[in-house]
Amino acid sequence: MSYEVKLDIFEGPLDLLLYLIRKNELDIYNIPMALVTEQYLAHLEMMKALNLDLAGEYLVLAATLIHIKSRLLLPVEEGQGEGEEETDPRAELVRQLLEYQAFKEVALNLDKRKLLDRDVFKRIQPVEEVPEEPEDPMVEVSLFELIEAFKKVVERMDKEELLEIDTERISLSDRINEILEELSQQKSLSFTDVLKASRTRKSIVYTLLAILELMKMRVIRAYQADPFGPIRIFPAVEESNDG
Amino acid sequence: MDDLRAVVEALVFASEIPLSVDRLKDVLAEPDRKAILEILQDIELEYRQRSGGLCLMEVAGGYQFRTKTDYAPWIKKLRGIRPVPLSPAAMETLSVVAYRQPVTRQEIEKIRGVDVSGSLKGILEKKLIRIVGRKNVPGKPIMYGTTKRFLEVFDLKDLSELPTLREITEMEE
Repeated sequence: MSYEVKLDIFEGPLDLLLYLIRKNELDIYNIPMALVTEQYLAHLEMMKALNLDLAGEYLVLAATLIHIKSRLLLPVEEGQGEGEEETDPRAELVRQLLEYQAFKEVALNLDKRKLLDRDVFKRIQPVEEVPEEPEDPMVEVSLFELIEAFKKVVERMDKEELLEIDTERISLSDRINEILEELSQQKSLSFTDVLKASRTRKSIVYTLLAILELMKMRVIRAYQADPFGPIRIFPAVEESNDG
Repeated sequence: MDDLRAVVEALVFASEIPLSVDRLKDVLAEPDRKAILEILQDIELEYRQRSGGLCLMEVAGGYQFRTKTDYAPWIKKLRGIRPVPLSPAAMETLSVVAYRQPVTRQEIEKIRGVDVSGSLKGILEKKLIRIVGRKNVPGKPIMYGTTKRFLEVFDLKDLSELPTLREITEMEE
């Protein structure tokens, strides 16, 4: 039997914070930041000691707590009399906590309902029988055919390439420039043709990376006429009308 | 009348999905919606009173016979299943989707304060939620909403039957 780590029960930093508020019987609208921050950090230490994966979110909230605490310590600037009530540095945190608490309650309530396949059951739908007649002839492949197909694939690969350890060095920028070069000569390129030009796996990867990079830079655009149809690459039209 | 009642009972029993009043109306060629509803309520009452193993439940916009909760242990034994409960994390994510739909992952994460991609994937695979579109903001994030299956599993007639969310805006003085 494995040990259950009690800290695992927290569903996240907000949950932990709510737990601390409840445990200390604190007023959620008037959270004593010093106390809560101290206990929160102590829990994080404990989780660290137990080698639990400390999700980044816990640290973010820790930083938020410390930030709020420090802001509470600062003297309130004068001359801002009107806005003072609203600028309680805890307000946003309280709002977040209340919202989260509400959803947590809802989740518990939902779980109490008569759940299908846990509390109540309906008739099982008959398992669809596999139709015997329309057997797909395409699926019929013998072992020999498989081996044959595999051989073909291996043959297609460049054998020398397989042996060579340090393959030709391709640089991403070279590939980008090559594609741009091709595009300047032709108005558009077919995605498959561009990829086909590359022989090795590595160069295919670089080509794809280059295309993605160009799209990110908004230098080229890719279009597809219909789902699963061929993809074509076009140079992006300069939309920044300077003139 | 008694005859129609028996037909309704048979139809609900034979239907694979919760049978809606509209569908019953079509099949029976009975124009009176109210009459059908009355029959359904009558059957529901009868099953409740006769202390049998079944009850008629209104879920996901229709009616369905389901076993009573008391007999769950036997059915689990019969089917040899051990239901895997949704984790609290999944339940929380599901709740946010249910109340805030259509909602994006980022919006859920803001409320829950944690990464929700795992729990989202889980309830998506269980078909409790589905992708309903993309939000028209930078990045076009995917928006999620609950499914009919969600209503079926959680014994809800429709989304309006969800228990009300406790007022969050109590803060305002």
